[in-house]
Amino acid sequence: MLGALDWQAIVFVRAWRDPSASELIGAAAGGLAVTGALAAVVLLSVFRLWRPLWSGWLTSLDHKKIGIMYIVLSLVMLLRAVIEAALMRLHQLVAVGQGGPLSPEHFAQLFSTHGTIMIFFMAMPLLTGIINYVMPLQIGARDVSFPLLNAISLALTAAGAALVMVSLVIGRFSTGGWSGYATYTELAYSMGEGVDYWIWAVTLSSLGSTLSGLNFAVTIYKKRCPGMTLFRMPLFCWTTLCTSILMIFAMAPLTAATVMLALDRYAGFHFFTNDAGGNMMNYANLFWLFGHPEVYILILPAFGVYSEVFATFSGKTLYGYRALVFATMCIAVLSFTVWLHHFFTMGQSANINAVFGIATMTIGIPTGVKVYEWLMTMVRGRIRLTTPMLFAVTFLVTFVLGGLTGILLANPTIDFSVHNSLFLVAHFHNMLIPGLLFGMIAAVQVWFPKAFGFRLHEGWGVAGFVCWVAGFYLAFMPLYALGLMGAMRRTSQWARPEYGPWLAVALLGAVLVLGGVFCLAMQLFVSIRRRKELAVPVGDPWDGRTLEWACPAPPPEWNFTVIPKVASGDAFTVMKREGRAYEMPDDIEDIEMPANSAVAPVICVASVATGFAVTWHIWWLAVLGLAAGWGAVIARSFVLDTKRRIPAATLRASHAAWLDRLRRTVPVSRAGETDPRNDGLAEHGA
Amino acid sequence: MSGADTRHPGLNLGQTDAGGHDAAEEVVFGFWVFLMSDMVLFAILFATYATMSTHGQAGGPAPLDLVDLGSALAETLLLLGSSFTFGMASLALKYREGRTRLVAWLALTFVLGAVFVGWEVHDVHVWITQDDAPPQRSGFLSAHYLLTATHGLHVAAGLLWMAVIAVQIGWFGLIREVKLRLMRLALFWHMLDIVWIGIFTFVFLYGAVR
Ligand code: HEM
Ligand SMILES: [Cu+2]
Repeated sequence: MLGALDWQAIVFVRAWRDPSASELIGAAAGGLAVTGALAAVVLLSVFRLWRPLWSGWLTSLDHKKIGIMYIVLSLVMLLRAVIEAALMRLHQLVAVGQGGPLSPEHFAQLFSTHGTIMIFFMAMPLLTGIINYVMPLQIGARDVSFPLLNAISLALTAAGAALVMVSLVIGRFSTGGWSGYATYTELAYSMGEGVDYWIWAVTLSSLGSTLSGLNFAVTIYKKRCPGMTLFRMPLFCWTTLCTSILMIFAMAPLTAATVMLALDRYAGFHFFTNDAGGNMMNYANLFWLFGHPEVYILILPAFGVYSEVFATFSGKTLYGYRALVFATMCIAVLSFTVWLHHFFTMGQSANINAVFGIATMTIGIPTGVKVYEWLMTMVRGRIRLTTPMLFAVTFLVTFVLGGLTGILLANPTIDFSVHNSLFLVAHFHNMLIPGLLFGMIAAVQVWFPKAFGFRLHEGWGVAGFVCWVAGFYLAFMPLYALGLMGAMRRTSQWARPEYGPWLAVALLGAVLVLGGVFCLAMQLFVSIRRRKELAVPVGDPWDGRTLEWACPAPPPEWNFTVIPKVASGDAFTVMKREGRAYEMPDDIEDIEMPANSAVAPVICVASVATGFAVTWHIWWLAVLGLAAGWGAVIARSFVLDTKRRIPAATLRASHAAWLDRLRRTVPVSRAGETDPRNDGLAEHGA
Repeated sequence: MSGADTRHPGLNLGQTDAGGHDAAEEVVFGFWVFLMSDMVLFAILFATYATMSTHGQAGGPAPLDLVDLGSALAETLLLLGSSFTFGMASLALKYREGRTRLVAWLALTFVLGAVFVGWEVHDVHVWITQDDAPPQRSGFLSAHYLLTATHGLHVAAGLLWMAVIAVQIGWFGLIREVKLRLMRLALFWHMLDIVWIGIFTFVFLYGAVR
């Protein structure tokens, strides 16, 4: 009935039977997860929020709400993954010359969940959420092309994340790292449920990402407002387009790899086994055929955010727009030609290594172009060093540093000596933290006021910035040194005492990063409490240049009263300059918006059930889950009335109320940007 | 909106249903993109097959041992035939030749597709029982079954989809939503043809001469 599941699988039972430090820490983590879930249920019940949650959020097909749900999901997962990182750092420091508090298996679970979560359930949902919120507004659309599909993508991603969370309480997670190399994850070497959790969590997430990529690309091609030619799009839309194309092409190899691994494990196939003609190198190739484009999926959206930030907060048009577009496209194409640099040491000939090494280095060229263009954007601009700009400027320096170590690693001869060492760990964190996380935090700072109608508290923002940046440097610069001293990654015990001081500094850094997360939480809390004073109802707090600032904050469900018409780039700046930004349109018509649908939540629950069932070999539940999910899709195809009509009168009233608010608002100059006086109306020409 | 111009590659409704023609642009384009990502999946399976069929035999059956050209030819004719009948169904849709015509062509397509799937199942049965070549035997066989079965599953999914649409034709009539679904199913069906031609050439013909 319950497959391979028994009481022993529950983390609390295990800790009861064997109260070692490692099991107790596991039980505490499981306890935290359960308490968190229970607290959410209790709060929702006490404040009677179930119904608003259901009809306002879970069943909503509004791209803005879906975007926000993605971001909430990613922040929850970020919290878990950062705590895990700090725990690993603590363990490794204590483990110099002795065992350390965690068992080697537990430590391996930690780096596997940390890596898997950070990539698939923190980074991907975060950037997908930001894109979801911002991109349709920037191209002057009312929604994405396929709103229901959008909700289904979120459902699949959330289901994958739920599986990772469940593994905290029931059973164990994989110990095979985020890359799940088959030399380690085949059934012969990793029995039990861990790898299966990983397989199904990752598969769900990759399906969700493929569908998101499809949706975004089609939206950009087909839903731009009149006059918005491709080369008038904000740069963020360009990076979104490139990221989406990468998602469409690059997620398939991952899905193929995990499915093959599953067939090996469940049905005795021989794709990657050691015997019977299996070949692990196929796994490595498939995984990195996904894995390298993936890092550009992660980084390109942040490039887009930075482009908007540099332009807006320097008060200038982006320098070299076209070159930036071409550089982005070059990066996207080149990203498919370098995957082999992840395994220079795994037996190809020197010539092949040389080809891929050179290909890798060429990516430095378009990236360099971008860096210069961002710098040039700031030249002679009127720069405001508020939180997003602080992150952006720090990114420039830090990212170049990480890029330089990447150029080192691209040289196969050097890679042979530092491969799989902490030097590598330092390198990729050095790319991903400035090149993804800082960008997304900056994005949250910039667009939060648009989404919720009030700004985020600047003081806590700066405090968070200081913690993040100091924490990052302290946590990862020592790893370069440790790597060169010979410390390997994924190692749970050290014999060499001279590692101690470096690891201590790295731990301090990780704690500071945790402080950064705390500051973000405090920033949110303080901002909500002071939301009256921080309010920006008119919707343009930063003197924005692109269309998303041309509607109130928060925007109405339909985004724009009438679809805007544009004739140039920086459309909103031009509208403001020509005095056309705040007018009453005379051609308001009835519109249709997608009505709510329960399909996505059903698919989410069904996917969690199926994933869990397959992990534990509970076959009846797996069949039931699949039937429920597909049944919901088929049933939905019999519903014809999927739209809700919004009469022109409603649109007109809402627009009039906004214009009315605007007339009572005093414009602020850029000097008063972070001041309570900023109600979201930018002073003319300021 | 004129309706005469082409909105997407493939069957366009411009001359007979201007509204449907306009509505098709976005959904059909989206579906083309989906097909593209599906093609990437098949490309990977082909590449896996290419490496495994040469390096992964592990002393077991070779590609030649699985080839029955007569059977493969019959399957090819069935599937290509079903593409033809679906083409006729599409024309019936475009030129409003009436529901009966359309459903008849669809039914024929369904039968051909179902026989194809049945034939493949029979192939698998032969391979496992007579040739002693189950997928667990070698890396090559694993790749062989994954490639062919992924295609077969796609065809089976197409059949289910066709059945659902048939019900909807009865239920709603030929309304725009149903038309657009039929257009997308048609693209899906023809894509599976292309993939099959790849399988026929690469797995069976090439396997026979190697
Ligand atoms: C925020 C502070 C962070 C800290 C302190 C941190 C710390 C760590 C540590 C200690 C490891 C294990 C290193 C080892 O193998 O010995 C690790 C691995 C990893 N981290 Fe982070 N990390 C952080 C953020 C991130 C972010 C933002 C990402 C990605 C978006 C990320 C992705 C990864 C990946 C992919 C691995 C490899 C996991 C594996 O070995 O399979 N980390 N990190
Ligand atoms: Cu790479």
